[in-house]
Amino acid sequence: MQRITRQDVERTADLARLSLTEAEIVALTRDLDRILEHADQLKDLDTESTVPTAHAIVLPTPQRADEPVPGMDVESALANAPLREGSAFVVPKVIEGEES
Amino acid sequence: MSVDPMERYEAVIGLEVHTHLKTRSKLFSPAPVRYGDEPNHNVHPIDLGMPGVLPVLNEKVVGLAIRLGLATHSRVNQRSVFSRKNYFYPDLPKGYQISQYDEPIVSKGWIEIEVPTDSGQPAAGEKKRGETPKERRRIGITRAHLEEDAGKSIHDAAVAGADDTHIDLNRAGVPLLEIVSEPEMRSPEEASAYLRALRSILRYIDVSDADMEKGQFRCDANISLRRRGESRLGTRTEIKNLNSFASVEGAIKAEIVRQAEILDDGGEILQATMAYDPQRGRTRILRLKENADDYRYFDDPDLIPLIIQDEEIEAVRADMPELPDEKRVRFQDEYGLSAYDVGVLISSRPLAEFFEQTATACGSAKSAVNWITRDLMKELNERGVDVGELAITPEMLGALIRLVDEGRLTARSARDLFPELAEQGGDPEAIMRVRGLEAVSDPGVIDGSVEEVVGANAKAVESVRAGDDKALNFLMGQVMKATQGKADPTDVRRRLVERIRG
Repeated sequence: MQRITRQDVERTADLARLSLTEAEIVALTRDLDRILEHADQLKDLDTESTVPTAHAIVLPTPQRADEPVPGMDVESALANAPLREGSAFVVPKVIEGEES
Repeated sequence: MSVDPMERYEAVIGLEVHTHLKTRSKLFSPAPVRYGDEPNHNVHPIDLGMPGVLPVLNEKVVGLAIRLGLATHSRVNQRSVFSRKNYFYPDLPKGYQISQYDEPIVSKGWIEIEVPTDSGQPAAGEKKRGETPKERRRIGITRAHLEEDAGKSIHDAAVAGADDTHIDLNRAGVPLLEIVSEPEMRSPEEASAYLRALRSILRYIDVSDADMEKGQFRCDANISLRRRGESRLGTRTEIKNLNSFASVEGAIKAEIVRQAEILDDGGEILQATMAYDPQRGRTRILRLKENADDYRYFDDPDLIPLIIQDEEIEAVRADMPELPDEKRVRFQDEYGLSAYDVGVLISSRPLAEFFEQTATACGSAKSAVNWITRDLMKELNERGVDVGELAITPEMLGALIRLVDEGRLTARSARDLFPELAEQGGDPEAIMRVRGLEAVSDPGVIDGSVEEVVGANAKAVESVRAGDDKALNFLMGQVMKATQGKADPTDVRRRLVERIRG
């Protein structure tokens, strides 16, 4: 049974803004399908009394005190910006409200 | 067909509120949380999504989220999980927002709102003025989860020019609670009442300043309509980014009208994300949800699930300030105040505290509430400020009230003095002495004035004898004038009546 279709790969690539060649699509469809097949083996096990592992380490959540430190140097913050004006990043016009 | 769509349809409204948490640093980075600074001055490599950085949870937000959970009768989940919500937008440098998905920190609670009894029902003829019976209703809270805010996109052409958008990441990473209600509101007024009640709670428990103008309290509204009597839900739309109470009410009204028109014509509501244009009072479709949002949530591998121990919840509970509803009940019981007066006093925690301190200072809750709901509220409304911004303190108001209650200062002089005291503060007794405003209580002085006025106004005196109260008021005014308003009006009236009618 095929678990991953070509359409799944194309849609996921689109959501992730990845552009894939024909050869990559074929290979990824096959590889992802085999990964899921591998994971499916777990279904054969009895996990009734097993607590799901969300994380490999059992530790209390590391937390820090609410103490602010000054922001980083503005020039460093903007060093990678292809375009800037004053201390703002500049990007091509975004249509308001398109996302979130 | 009738003009009011609410006669045919019932609106089903749910709200999502994003509220900034009151912290000094960000949710996962130590950069400062500040408003109004130059762009990108409060950022940390974590906020910029630099490679190799690790987010570390700010411990303060955990306590604040627990507070909200307790204040909304919700369950505080002992285990919650941070997930990545993936989408691409220029003000989201990492390409994902750290949020919570299927295991939020708070779930299943409620708050109470106060609404007119017939709220959400079709209007039954002319409403009577002045009499709106109110009832208290519970609105369910589905969940509340922690997440980081995105940066800010500045589209304004005056700043960014016609072809560009500016990106400011000072807001990126600021801690938020997203509070999701059950779809249990039935009218724009109920939605607004819910938001006000929620904002009041957030401020009382010091979880958020919830200043809408600073974008600290933002709302999305989900709305669907169904024919009255129908139990199935209609298709809903979501209006994004409502940033004032007026726009929440306006947007919901406009969307009800839009959906009703489509349904009246036999049309179908499309699931969509909407924007509201307050200038035109209309909603418009931003994007259709044919392709349901696919954020590919998954647990953030950088963050371990958040585990909260019972002791931590109990410690927060022990430290909880009194909530607005608890204060309401206590003020009514303890001070015997009217529902209206209590409503004014508890509208903000600083005002409620000002009242209690004034009552203690002057020894009379009744006098304190009168001065606060009348004179103090007038000053606050006229100046558009909060009580903490005025120079007057509860001790000063208490002293002023005591002078009046002891008959040393007339109510009129005190009221004349009030605006100055509100603005500059000071010791009411000292000001009274310096200005020579002490009430005239020497019977000899008052009787002297009465005698003088009676002698000079024979005609009016005749009228008073004939039972004319207007003439009596006139004579009283004359005596008050002669004593420069420093005599007690009740005393003056009594003496005048005795002198004339014997």
